[in-house]
Amino acid sequence: MSNTNVQVTNLALEKRKRVSYGMTLLIVGVLMYLFFGLNTQAGVQTTFGLNVAGTQAIVIPDLIVPAQTTIYLMVAIIVFAGAYQLARGVKSTGLLIGIIAFTFVTAFLTWAAQDKSFNLTGMLSSSLVRATPIALAALCGVISERAAVINIGVEGIMLMSAQIAVVTASITQNLYIGLIAAILVGGLVAAFHAFLVIRFKVDQVVSGVAINIIGAGLTSFLSAKYLQSDTLNNSGTFPIISIPILSEIPVLGPTLFANNIIVYLMLVLVVLMHITLFYTPWGLRTRAVGEHPKAADTLGVNVYLMRYVNVIIGGMIAGLGGAYFTIGSVGRFDELMTSGKGFIGLAATIFGKWTPIGAFASSLIFGFADSLQVKLQILRVPIPSEFLLMAPYIVTMIILTGVVGRAIPPAADGQPYEK
Amino acid sequence: MANVLELQGITKRFPGVLANDKIDIALREGKILALLGENGAGKSTLMNILYGLYKPDEGKIFVRGKEVEINGPNDAIELGIGMVHQHFMLIPVMTVVENVMLGVESIKNGLFLDREKVAKRIHEISEQYGLEVDPHAYIQDLPVGIQQRVEIIKVLYRSADILILDEPTAVLTPQEVEGLFKIINTLIKAGKSIIFITHKLKEVIAIADDISVLRLGRMVGSIEPSNATPQKLATMMVGRDVSLVVQKKVAEPKEAVLKVENLFVRDERQNMTVRGVSFEVRKGEVLGVAGVQGNGQTELVYALTGLLPVDGGTIELEGKMLHNATPRQILESGVAHIPEDRQRHGLILNFPIHDNMVLCTYYKEPFAHGVSLQEKPIFSNAEELIKQYDVRTPNIYVNVGTLSGGNQQKVIVAREFSRPIDLLIASQPTRGLDVGSIEYIHLQIIKKRDEGTGVLVVSSELDEILALSDRIAVMYKGQIMDVLDAKQATKEDLGLLMAGIHPEKTSKKK
Ligand SMILES: Nc1ncnc2c1ncn2[C@@H]1O[C@H](COP(=O)(O)OP(=O)(O)OP(=O)(O)O)[C@@H](O)[C@H]1O
Ligand SMILES: [Mg+2]
Repeated sequence: MSNTNVQVTNLALEKRKRVSYGMTLLIVGVLMYLFFGLNTQAGVQTTFGLNVAGTQAIVIPDLIVPAQTTIYLMVAIIVFAGAYQLARGVKSTGLLIGIIAFTFVTAFLTWAAQDKSFNLTGMLSSSLVRATPIALAALCGVISERAAVINIGVEGIMLMSAQIAVVTASITQNLYIGLIAAILVGGLVAAFHAFLVIRFKVDQVVSGVAINIIGAGLTSFLSAKYLQSDTLNNSGTFPIISIPILSEIPVLGPTLFANNIIVYLMLVLVVLMHITLFYTPWGLRTRAVGEHPKAADTLGVNVYLMRYVNVIIGGMIAGLGGAYFTIGSVGRFDELMTSGKGFIGLAATIFGKWTPIGAFASSLIFGFADSLQVKLQILRVPIPSEFLLMAPYIVTMIILTGVVGRAIPPAADGQPYEK
Repeated sequence: MANVLELQGITKRFPGVLANDKIDIALREGKILALLGENGAGKSTLMNILYGLYKPDEGKIFVRGKEVEINGPNDAIELGIGMVHQHFMLIPVMTVVENVMLGVESIKNGLFLDREKVAKRIHEISEQYGLEVDPHAYIQDLPVGIQQRVEIIKVLYRSADILILDEPTAVLTPQEVEGLFKIINTLIKAGKSIIFITHKLKEVIAIADDISVLRLGRMVGSIEPSNATPQKLATMMVGRDVSLVVQKKVAEPKEAVLKVENLFVRDERQNMTVRGVSFEVRKGEVLGVAGVQGNGQTELVYALTGLLPVDGGTIELEGKMLHNATPRQILESGVAHIPEDRQRHGLILNFPIHDNMVLCTYYKEPFAHGVSLQEKPIFSNAEELIKQYDVRTPNIYVNVGTLSGGNQQKVIVAREFSRPIDLLIASQPTRGLDVGSIEYIHLQIIKKRDEGTGVLVVSSELDEILALSDRIAVMYKGQIMDVLDAKQATKEDLGLLMAGIHPEKTSKKK
């Protein structure tokens, strides 16, 4: 008797979950119909550009679709998926979220660009570029927190590195020296943070906030005082390096294989960190120190050393991210130019579940939201630009409130280790 | 026979505590040395010194006749010393392979972890010593008994031949203990030497070759197992005569205080682990819940104390419905809880003793006026309780985490008993405690019963259940197999019920 009871309650729980997901899909579908479908005239077309001028990619025809039909098609897909979910239930919630994201974004873009042309490839390529500093900040978060040290000072570190990069590059007339200076400063500030929180057990958040405040204050002061003329604040930027052959692939070429050195370094770092963390002794020890430092200690792993080194490496990666803002993109320093990208990076760390690849993927979402916002302003979509500017931050908040399930941090994250 | 290991005059001081005072011990090659002592006697401290985690203030260590200096676990490992710690040192989110190789990783292609090679080595060790385990399983998915095997494999993987086992049996079920003893026998046959710490006196006599006893940081003496009886050992440890059986009057049960009807509870992983349990606890009686660990007892207690939501059924305390009440509502209705995991649910380890003593009452007079805590009553409350319950501590201001296991338990008991209660729920109340403390806590529980409190004791130790209970409920796979009258219950019947078999003729429905 009790066994049937168990099944009944199990079923009830599953049903609740199934219904709530199904309803979500249906509601999003209805909203898409109301906002996008009804606001599009029949017969109007939307052009999705697939070529970017000035790249080596082979030119392919643009994608031209009937706007209203496309939107209705998207609505049909999501409604069908919702109905199927209500009736049967789909195992993978990832698939459901993927369907929501895909249909919504497609319908939205079709609506926003109706009667106009929207360059999709350009959009993807700028997403990656805009994701770069976010991803670098996120990688800093991943490697530090895997060793159980929270470093919310990335924002400050990036500001300082951005400034030092442009100044050294301007003085030496050599961008690479600027890049190295940025990395060194990042490592140095992180070493200071590590020293405070590991040696003196200062609260990690307090130390991180202090670094952010110092970073913002110091760079703004120096900028106002010394960087208003061009002599110290005009470095030029890294050139785009097109990789032969690969950069000729349509869509992918301009997106992935025609970027500057910082973007490439970021991509290499993602792979490198993934391999290091999960396939090398160093990574195993790092993760052990972040999960259960005492256990690592009893096996002769030097907990403090592991933490120092990882935090410093993290700082150097954040320094590279800082360099992106100046010598990697505009060639000059402006006050508070990182505009919260470091914090968004920290969100990406969490959203990416403390894995390099996850962190990178989440950074891409933020980068996409960011570049979408710019493109939409150009398209003059009837949404106030202030709201568009908020897009990346809103995405951050929605994601952090846990749409995609609970992420479990390293068990010892943020805690000092006492022998 | 030669001594593989000798400690001479080891002294270790912590602020306010002399944990080890000129201790000498010797371990003979290929033998088992049992180390006994009250909670806080300094056993773990001594072993941690041997393993290089603490530095001794004085004293010498000889390994195979040579004086050595051990500055860290690496030195100890190099000398062939391995330790299984009292609290396991495993990383739950990693696999067995990863836990085993951490610190001495196998490498392939010059750079990468060679998991397969380690897995193979683990297989070999498993086979050689009878330590079966799946190398690629995650620690968090393994039961405690298997986790302990992993700890032993970790030690053997580093080719230790001197093994320190710090209270390896405290968290094991009787079956698992038997398995462990078999493993220990194979280890000895393979030429290893073992230091074995435990509070279970019968185990000691069964397995040890030599017995050394510590008290208050000092060595009180050694005894041959052939001359030892549990009673003798208990007296040596505690320094006075200890009664190993609980003295109690016949219970005088009155009306029911707790009524549980058709209760269903899911564990944290959403598995239904309590499946339709009904019982009642009456005032002035002890209801014991027996069963092999992991048959729903933990979740039953969590549900009763509000730590897990109830999935179905009712919990009624003196007419009040308490299923899905918050822990505070439950506490305030007069329920006391001695939790199974004292470090997780019973104490805040980084808080001083005095604050831990008022965790249930800090917001009430006299400990608080409005929003401000009142130091004076909090301090005097703690002073009084540590005296009354004989908590061994330098003072009330030290963090509870620095106390030995037994004294941590006494802090919980003191706190829970210091307020008026109608129902006491005690889960594994004497796990890891020495005989003196066990006697003490058992007496306190019986005293509460005689005052008319209803008591629910959950324990996987049959001896404990039989010593305390007036009635015994046996749990198996989330259900109550039967409720027996303690006077008529035999160990054999209980054992069968715990295995899910009904011994029809002897069972007495209640
Ligand atoms: N890190 C520490 N700091 C301060 N005091 C400590 C520390 N570790 C242990 N002590 C104290 O040293 C004494 C010996 O503790 P130890 O843990 O060695 O006891 P034990 O014999 O292992 O007891 P149990 O059987 O409860 O495990 C206790 O009084 C304890 O409070
Ligand atoms: Mg101990």
